[in-house]
Amino acid sequence: MSDIKIKIIDREGVSHEVDAPTDMNMNLMEVVRSYELAPEGTIGICGGMAMCASCQCYVLSDHQLPEKSDDEEAMLSEAFFVKENSRLGCQIHMTDDLDGLEVELAPAED
Amino acid sequence: MIKTDILIIGAGPTGLFAVFEAGLLQLKCHLIDALPQPGGQCAEIYPKKPIYDIPGYPEVLAGELVDNLMEQIKPFQPGFTLGERAETIDKLDDGTFVVTTNKGTKHHAPIVAIAGGLGSFEPRKPLLDNLEKYEDNGVAYMIKEPEIYRGKKVLIAGGGDSALDWSIFLAEIADEVTLVHRRNEFRGALDSVEKVQHLKNEGKINLMTPSEVVALHGEKTLEKVTVKDTETSEEKEVAVDNFIPLFGLSPKLGPIGDWGLEIEKNAIKVDNSLDYQTNIPGIYAIGDVNTYPGKLKLILCGFHEATLMCQSAYQRIFPDKKYVMKYTTVGGVTGFDGSKKEAPKAVVKSID
Repeated sequence: MSDIKIKIIDREGVSHEVDAPTDMNMNLMEVVRSYELAPEGTIGICGGMAMCASCQCYVLSDHQLPEKSDDEEAMLSEAFFVKENSRLGCQIHMTDDLDGLEVELAPAED
Repeated sequence: MIKTDILIIGAGPTGLFAVFEAGLLQLKCHLIDALPQPGGQCAEIYPKKPIYDIPGYPEVLAGELVDNLMEQIKPFQPGFTLGERAETIDKLDDGTFVVTTNKGTKHHAPIVAIAGGLGSFEPRKPLLDNLEKYEDNGVAYMIKEPEIYRGKKVLIAGGGDSALDWSIFLAEIADEVTLVHRRNEFRGALDSVEKVQHLKNEGKINLMTPSEVVALHGEKTLEKVTVKDTETSEEKEVAVDNFIPLFGLSPKLGPIGDWGLEIEKNAIKVDNSLDYQTNIPGIYAIGDVNTYPGKLKLILCGFHEATLMCQSAYQRIFPDKKYVMKYTTVGGVTGFDGSKKEAPKAVVKSID
């Protein structure tokens, strides 16, 4: 079992430092859900297929993240509140080199 | 008024399988779904994606699963009200329910099973000032009657299949078609992308990329929009009669949230120790739409919940009837259409 530390600012602006396992094939959206940092039903709606933007977040630290896939790129191009540093949490897998990652959840669409 | 035994709200996999289990108990079902076709998310969002955890199917495409379920429930002749959203519920004096859709279709049943998944799919609306003011005054999120765009200046926004397909279709009808998308790349069937390219070259579609609509203008009805180039930030005003943003659909629990049901975490609380009934007797919630301790939003869990719900519904409708569950291998499947499926009989014959 290996964990990394991640800082997540929720939609209310509250900052949470959480442990994220790197050996459970988890992505950032699932980490947020596992700590219930956003209400169920408002994040990860499509289940993690990059087919909705409910897990959009802004990456605040300067970690090297994997390139966006075409699907993620396309989804972000239709999402709202998109910024330069927007990513879909479901496409960011928890790996050791993401230790210390800082992200902020984008507002819920509605 | 449509009458049935179990009124199922939501025609996703859980709702569809409930028809089968109800059918085994000789109960008839009718389904309401806001989408124009059955299958829920499986058909609407990811028909071509594989699912690996349906028992007995090492791999099945979501769309295929829906086709199979439709085939499986065919003998039980379910009714469908598609493209309409369940809006209100009224409990009658005899304890039965009347559910009315947004289009006024009324359904009467002693049992209501909500299999609504994440809710009904509603168009995603862009974040623009005064958007509501122009709804039905030039702004629409769905194209219902293409003819109303004849001779009009239409601007479509979006980068997926529906934006491409409608641009192609309206290019023949409208006076002017402008397609606006935030990127240069479109996500759609290759054929549609090529067709749009072709129509653009012919001057039949005015393509504005990478751009987005940032403002709407007009006295009472929409007259023009401001389109901003997302690379240069340059803004341009385009005269239009119609603006059709096609940014896909997103699920909303919607009116069901106001039915007096106990809601927790955007889902309906049910009694998972017994029959997935809600706090209102006679109304059940099954599949992704419900919640209880340890809930998992899996199709296979929805199937189980649908099965137990039907047994409870039967007892509610026929409190005095004695009944025990029968295996399909033993009892076969007798459809309301007169069809009968059963295990072939073994031959009893001596061998000389």
